[in-house]
Amino acid sequence: MALLEVRDLSVVFKRKGEEPFTAVDGVSFDVEPGQTVGLVGESGCGKSVTSMAIMGLLAKRGVKVSGSAKFDGTELLTLSDKQMRDRRGQELGMVFQDPLSSLNPVISIGLQVAEVIERHRGLSRKEASVQAAELLDKVGIPDPKRRLSEYPHQLSGGMRQRALIAIALACRPRLLIADEPTTALDVTIQAQILALLAELVKETDTALIMITHDLGVVAGLCDEVNVLYGGRVVERAGRHDLFRVPRHPYTHGLLASIPRLDAPRGERLSPIRGSVADNIPWTQGCAFAPRCPNAIDTCVEVTPAMEPDPVVAGERLLRCHNPVEPADRVEQEILT
Amino acid sequence: MSTRTDKIDALAEQAARTDSAGVSVAAAAWRRLRRNPVFLFGAAIVVAFVALALLSPWLAPYDPGERMLGDQVIRARDQIPPPQEGHPLGGDQVGRDLLSRILIGSQQTLMVGVLATLIGFTGGLVLGTLAGALGGWVDTVVMRAVDVMLSIPGLLLAVSIGALFSQPNQFTVILAVAMVQVPIFARLLRGSMLAQRHSDHVLAARALGVRQRAIVFRHMLPNSLGPVIVQSTLVLAISIIDAAALSFLGLGNPDDRIPEWGAMLGEAQKAIDSHPHLAYWPAACIIVVALGFTLMGESLREALDPKSRR
Repeated sequence: MALLEVRDLSVVFKRKGEEPFTAVDGVSFDVEPGQTVGLVGESGCGKSVTSMAIMGLLAKRGVKVSGSAKFDGTELLTLSDKQMRDRRGQELGMVFQDPLSSLNPVISIGLQVAEVIERHRGLSRKEASVQAAELLDKVGIPDPKRRLSEYPHQLSGGMRQRALIAIALACRPRLLIADEPTTALDVTIQAQILALLAELVKETDTALIMITHDLGVVAGLCDEVNVLYGGRVVERAGRHDLFRVPRHPYTHGLLASIPRLDAPRGERLSPIRGSVADNIPWTQGCAFAPRCPNAIDTCVEVTPAMEPDPVVAGERLLRCHNPVEPADRVEQEILT
Repeated sequence: MSTRTDKIDALAEQAARTDSAGVSVAAAAWRRLRRNPVFLFGAAIVVAFVALALLSPWLAPYDPGERMLGDQVIRARDQIPPPQEGHPLGGDQVGRDLLSRILIGSQQTLMVGVLATLIGFTGGLVLGTLAGALGGWVDTVVMRAVDVMLSIPGLLLAVSIGALFSQPNQFTVILAVAMVQVPIFARLLRGSMLAQRHSDHVLAARALGVRQRAIVFRHMLPNSLGPVIVQSTLVLAISIIDAAALSFLGLGNPDDRIPEWGAMLGEAQKAIDSHPHLAYWPAACIIVVALGFTLMGESLREALDPKSRR
């Protein structure tokens, strides 16, 4: 049994007088301790909503969450508010995208780190702030004693994200969800933060769910990758398999649209046609069909099921009627 | 070579140390305020006014209730004591020393302003926090009540509340003026609490399992107080004017031995044709004090509002 088992998770937003909107549509995945699982996709594909649903952070009204998310055998989706609150921060940690707005601007960093420790460990303010200093030191913030009394606006972006990670890891959660933790940072800092996350996860055997639209982050960090489109997982594979032989046309398009340094000068970028605004529900046919270069008639008639890939070896699940054929020699080599 | 790098390191370290270690939002705002002439002007008036109110028992030359110049008042000829030796402003209609009355009057005015603001602030804080933190039907009920109160013009509402008391005294005036301010504070606080409720850092706090109470009082409330604190400096000015208006309309303290600027103004109105100077003095005092608080409040608002920073 995996540490976190998500089965058929769906989130539907219902507003009075409006069509219900299905943001997440039957997502399933497992996370093992020490494993890093990526959720990848463009804006609006349901990455963040999936994580919020697992953490129980979605509003109660107007949101319908169904399916199952079992953490260590406990069903998270049916827990009471109080039970869920006791687990958040304690067993489930979360790192958010924008480190500045995710920190309280009027409270010192030290107090914000100490708050979690006080809350879940029942330590006194003094003991908690000693631990807070150790935590800041561990995430690589220099001169942690002084930083404790500083306010978020006085820290640099990278430092703030380190502080957020320290807060999320303060009680040694067994599962950490990182929701685009590097999006608001510049590239050099991104690399530092990712290295830090990877190190901490390895050291403490924490399960990590990495939510990102950045395939570079995925390539560097994730053991297994789930590619989301329109609220569904369309392809799942190990990182190496996925990057060497992308099978779903969407994954293929994502990889093809990355600008390459070794491309000839003047070559045009190759984006995926259309946008998620053309998003259609998965009720009939494939949601990606209108944008898909490989679309065939079956695609608009029959919703593809999540099935093992018939052609390429390795553990891979695919939701496509007409996957991209593995083309060049490198790809042919790993065919069975 | 190494001595040079050591020097640079030492300098950098010093810079890092002196560079705003632990500067809170309030401290940063204070830095901007210190150089703002408008704020300094307003603050000077306010400080002078508070000092006057506190020191007036020693500053005032005579007892403000004693009709010491009563022999110079001739009702039939509409004559009152003129400025004279020892009484630079002369006397009022019944022969009391005008200067002493103006000086001592500042006490009542300060008390009205501060107490009315405090009561209004506290009431608004409770209602606004309830509405903003709980939301749902509590929010709806509180906010509709607030809407009803806001739909009546402030001064009219204060007069109506003041008129409810059969025996008006200083405290009923304060209460009436404060009640008018409660819905304004409540609405203001509720608005910024709502904005906080959907902010990232509150979401982050929830994701850490922080209890609802701690989220409201440690994360939402302190971040919402800025506009409310600014409003309270403006309300101080409004309360003073409103209280003066109530006294002027005869809804104030009936005991006229204790002077109050608004009541003095009301009294002076009866003799405005023959002795306008009786009205000038209290009116000027009210205007200056209200201006002081307003200038201070406006510059505070500017300093705390990141959007109006230049």
